[in-house]
Formats: sequence, structure tokens, C-alpha cells
Amino acid sequence: MDRRKSLKTIAIGTVSASLIMDACKTEPKKDAPQKEAANTDSADRMAEEIAYNKELASMHFFTEDEMATIHILSDIIIPKDEISGSATEAGVPAFIDFIVNDMPEHQIPLRGGLRWLDIECLNKYNAAFKECTPAQQIEIVDMIAYPKKAKPEMEQGVAFFNRMRNLTATGFFTSKIGVQDIGYAGNKPNQWNGVPDDVLKQYNLAYTEKELKECIQFDKA
Amino acid sequence: MAAYILSKAGLKVCLLEAGPDYDPAKNSSQLKNAWESPRRGASTKFRPFGDFDGCFWGWEIDGEPYTHANNTKWEWWRARMVGGRTNHWGRISLRFGPRDFKRKSIDGLGEDWPISYDDIKPFYDRVEALIGVFGTNEGLPNDPDGVFLPPPKPRLHELMIKKSAQSLNIPVIPSRLSILTKKINDDRGVCFYCAQCNRSCKVYGDFSSSSVLVKPALATGNMDLYTNAMVREVMTNAEGKATGVSYIHKDDLQEYQVEGRVVILAASACESARLLLNSKSSIHSNGLANSSDVVGKYLHDSTGMALGGVIPEFFNRKRYNEDGVGGMHVYTPWWLDNKKLDFPRGYHIEYWGGFDQPAYGMGMNIENLNGKFQVNGKTKEAGGYGKSLKEDIRFFYGSSVGMAGRGEGIARRDSYCEIDPEVVDKYGIPVLRFNTSWSDYEIKQAKHMQETFKEIMHQMGAVITWGGDNGPENNYGLSNPGNIIHEAGTVRMGNDPKNFALNKWSQAHDCKNVFCVDGGQFTSQADKNITLTILALSMRASEYIIDQMKKQEL
Repeated sequence: MDRRKSLKTIAIGTVSASLIMDACKTEPKKDAPQKEAANTDSADRMAEEIAYNKELASMHFFTEDEMATIHILSDIIIPKDEISGSATEAGVPAFIDFIVNDMPEHQIPLRGGLRWLDIECLNKYNAAFKECTPAQQIEIVDMIAYPKKAKPEMEQGVAFFNRMRNLTATGFFTSKIGVQDIGYAGNKPNQWNGVPDDVLKQYNLAYTEKELKECIQFDKA
Repeated sequence: MAAYILSKAGLKVCLLEAGPDYDPAKNSSQLKNAWESPRRGASTKFRPFGDFDGCFWGWEIDGEPYTHANNTKWEWWRARMVGGRTNHWGRISLRFGPRDFKRKSIDGLGEDWPISYDDIKPFYDRVEALIGVFGTNEGLPNDPDGVFLPPPKPRLHELMIKKSAQSLNIPVIPSRLSILTKKINDDRGVCFYCAQCNRSCKVYGDFSSSSVLVKPALATGNMDLYTNAMVREVMTNAEGKATGVSYIHKDDLQEYQVEGRVVILAASACESARLLLNSKSSIHSNGLANSSDVVGKYLHDSTGMALGGVIPEFFNRKRYNEDGVGGMHVYTPWWLDNKKLDFPRGYHIEYWGGFDQPAYGMGMNIENLNGKFQVNGKTKEAGGYGKSLKEDIRFFYGSSVGMAGRGEGIARRDSYCEIDPEVVDKYGIPVLRFNTSWSDYEIKQAKHMQETFKEIMHQMGAVITWGGDNGPENNYGLSNPGNIIHEAGTVRMGNDPKNFALNKWSQAHDCKNVFCVDGGQFTSQADKNITLTILALSMRASEYIIDQMKKQEL
């Protein structure tokens, strides 16, 4: 396919992309309560940080088109499964929207990577990524999701996808539903009474007499 | 500590702090969840150790630069808040041992302290009782027994480390941290095992000088606290005696002066050196307390080297709350004889691992892990996405382990900080220029650390995923000087006024009503974190001040 033609198609593509954004507009709202919670309890912030966070929250780096693609990609990377919800359900796109302003080093690789992805899709499928069929989207993702077996000409795509995977995974597993999914059981008042007996047994480990005598003990519930 | 001791004794104290007020009970981020930070706990210039960390500022402060000579690499951490770095520190509270005060007599390097372990021991005893430190008495020759609360039991990875290291004849004993595993008074709560000491503790279950020293000092009614007060210099009179300090108030940018009978510096080793060097007068033409020309010299930090990986046996671990206290439950004190090694001073080993609270970085770089190990019996291609990716991240969670060495470097005259002749900060105060380096001793020590850590990792069947392939090209992973944040030696104590800035009471040889009670006074550093010794020396100096005032000597 003619590359010039494909660039033209991208320009046209922006119109339909805004429609997709409309369809997705409920998504950012899901994050809103979380953001507000973080902003209202600021007794732990110094004045310079409050001003900085406020400024960041008002900035939006990505275009609507780019955000639409980020929505689709993040749910491909972290879909809903038997245990937990998807990346968009966990507010990952809003997290990415914020973090690229907080860490500007993500900006060019993500913007350029999104554009790289669209060009590849235009060349292969004659449509920008977000307008490809789900099967086509998975086909291109498969070409960039496995660094060791990806073809050399796909390396820029691999680098982009690694970054998208990193940000999506970290955004998801630091969200409320992601933390629940991973099974982190702490961050609450507790009495540490040592490794549970069945776990000690599983790994063939035991506390010594000295430890049992010297260490703090709590009555077992 | 000085403010606490002096105000408790009934003396009138004025405490000046360059940053804002801070009370962990009100201002800590303790128990916040990752999603309550828009950056999910990632670091910023305001909080280099993460968005919930309890320290304001760090490697850089807006408007307050520092410079380097000849491409040297000192990293300077500065806190700006009441209680400073003690709001977030690791709470590792290790006494220096008898040998640590007499290193020159042992290996001929550096200088002996003008005091011995016996001089400071009563103060260690009292500091530990006052702040609360857990640990165990092991009867070790250079890691003295103390006044300890019971330690917490080791976590799973710590039991594994202990078993493996001990089979290599490397000792692993309960750590010694200033965290309350038992109630010690009505002003402070007891640890509730959230592993977040670095955020500072809302119930004062760990030691921060803000909660444990400044707060009670204010309660005496004898102390005035001035915040956002950036001290410019120590003022002296025609006889060369200190009369007080001048400072700029950050809120109104006006200049003020506070007068006092005694001036005590505790601004951090480098900041105190900066103040002294900036306090020039006709009598103290080389800077205050600096006729010896040692102020700023002999700056040294602990050495640091770290690596980590995963323990395959721990993949797909059963979930439970293993937060424990903030930091390690076990550690390794220095265990070898340097006479048989090619470097003169020792190091201790710190450990971590297990189920960390998810934060920015969680789940990243899976492509470096999931192709290397079978996941639930399946061999997978590195990288990936979708349900399979979720499975992988769950599978590896809780299997990480890491360790770091913290060792003693040699204080050298040619590794130092000085006033930059050209650069001032936004308050017009001349800034520090650093010119520090490591010697072969520290590099060889880092090499030894890497070899030791690899042995321990290998012994427990762990796979190293980072930090294991250092070589001579990067000093075997040795951290840049300053990076471990144990700055010391810039205002060192010793008996000879020609070679030392302070006498054995932390008192300036040249100006008897000036004291320096932070890391600056250290003659040498030891392979122990310096805070407990700072507290003990500060308590000792403060009681000397009270005694000298009673005798009308001050």
C-alpha cells in the first residue's frame, strides 16, 4: 500500500476516533473518586507538592485519538478474567494520562509508538489500529508482544509494547481491584506473629528455640 | 537530641529548622493505598524515595543548588522539615564497637577517636532506653549488646536467607531497629506491623526526632521552634566568641538574628560544615572552628552495593500479611577478619524481599522473567499480554529477594566539600562544592560484597535478576559517594587543635561556645549506620554543656 495514502487516511481517521471517544466517555469518570480522594487528604503534602500535583492534574498530553488507542491496548494487555476486571475498569488509561505528565520521558516513546502502530496497521490492514478488527489488532499485537521471537523490523514496536505493557500492568496492579487480585494482604494494623505453620512446613523451615524465646509473640487467634 | 536534653534540663532553647513543621501523627502518609497517589507511589523530586515517603525533598531542592569539582559524583540528600531525615530513615540502630573508635591503632589508616567505647557506652544505654530499640544480645566483640526490646520473628525469605548464609558461615542475627515492639511510655504507641516506617509513624511507634524529641522538648515550655528559618551564618563578637545565628525567614524573606550563650549545629555533616565555612570574621578568617583547615575535609559516606533476584521455590506462594516492621527483621553484622582480606574495613548486610505493598513498578519488566521459568507448569514465550500476563504477574509476586552491603570507607583529606567561590543559593548563601572519590579500599570491599551476595543467592537457589554483573568498569557496583546518606567527618573531633575541628565533647577547639552534634563530628564512620551514635554523642555533648554552664565555663 502507498504510504502517502495511508498518512492521508490517518488524517481522516481522527473524525471517527472522536466518536469512539464519545463511546468511551464513561471510563474516566470511574477514576474520578480515586483522584478526589488523593487530592482531598493532603495533610501529608508540602505546599510545593500540592501546587505541582494540581498543575499536573490539569494537563492532558494525549489527543482523543491517542487515548482511544490506549483504551483498546490496555484492555488487550489486561483483560477481564475469572479473578478480576480489566485495565479500563481499573482506571489504567487515566493513570497513563497522568503519569506521562509526571514522567515526561514516557511522552515521545508513547506518542511515537502509537503512530508507529497506526502506520503498521495502515500498511497491513488499510486502517488505523483502533479501526482494525479485533482479530487484526491481536495479529499486530502478536508481532510486537514477544521480544525474543519478534522480527527485527518490528523492534520499535516491541519497545513501544514493552512500555505499554509496563505502564498498563503497573497501573492495574496498583489499583484497588489489581491489589485485591494480586492478594496483597497488608497495609493494615496487624500483629506479626511469624510465618504461618503450614507455610513453614511447606518449605521445610522452622523457628529455632532461641527465636521462639527471644522474639515478640502474640496469642494465636 | 540536644534540644531535648537542654530544654528538659530547664535551659531556654531556640530550635531553628529550614523547612516546615512536621508531626507524623498529622502529616504521615501511613496506611495510604497505592491508588491514593496519582503516580501510584512513584518518586518525585520532592520525594525521591516515593510519593508516600516521610521526607520532604532529597537529592535536589528547588533554588538550593550544590556543585561538583572535576566531574566528581557526591550525591547530597537534604531534608527540609522538623525532624529531618529521621522521619523516613531505616531505623537501623547499631552501636559502634570498641574497635570502631580505634581504627588507626588497628590498621594504621585514618585517625583514632578521642573517646573510647567505654566513654560512650552509658549514653548508648540511655539513648536505647529513651527511643526504644529492638534486638538481641549476642555477645559479639564489636557489635555490643544493648538495652533491647524483643525483635519480630523472621519472615519467610529471611528464614531462607538465614539458613543459606549460616551454611556458608555467614552469621544472620535479629536486626536492631528503633521500633517499639512493646510499650515504653504513655506518649507513644506500639508498632502495628505495617512495614511503613519510612512514611513516619502516626502512633509514634518508631523513632523520629520530630515525635520523640522535638515534641516533648516543646512540651517543656522551654523551647521556641522557628520553622522555615534558613540559617545563614554563626555570628561572632570581637573576641571571636559566638553570639548567635542569623537566618532568613523563607516566608517573608526578611533577615533575622537569634542570640544565645551557646550555638549548637545539627544541620547535617555537610550543612554544618557549610555554615562554619560561611561564618568568617577577622578572628575566624578561615571560617569558624577552622584554624585547623579540616572543616569540610574527610567527608565520607558508607559504601553501598546491592543485588537481587527471585527465589523459584517461592513462586505461586500462599498469600498472607507479612508486612512486619518497616525494614528487615534479620541482618548480618561484619563477620570476617580484615587482616586476611585485601581491604581494611568491614560491612554489614541488609536484606529484603517478599510481599511488598504494590506501588509504581509492580508488574513491570515481566518480559525479563516469564520466558525464563515455567509458569504453573507451562513454558511461555517472554513478554506476552492478556490473561496469560495476569497469571504470570500473580505467579512471580512475593518471590523477590535482595541484599545490600553497607560498609566503612576511609576518611581522607582529599575527599571533601568546600564553599563554591562563585555560586550562591536563592537566599544568597554560598553553596557547597563537592570533590569526593573512593579509594581502592572501598572498591575492593564492593567486589567482596558482590562475591558474598552471589554465594548466598546461589546457596538458597535464588536466581539473580539485577546487580550481579558488576566489574571493574563500574567499581563492582559501588554506589556513588553520598548515595547511602551517611555523610560524616566534615567537622571531626580529636585532641589536637591543629588537626581536628572539635574536642572530645563535640566542642569547637577555636570557639568554646560552638558545638557540632551531627555526623560532622565523626572521626571515622564504622560499618554501622551513624544515627544511634549521633544521638549518643549529642546527649553526651548536651550534658557537658549543662555541666559547663553550671561551672560558669560557658
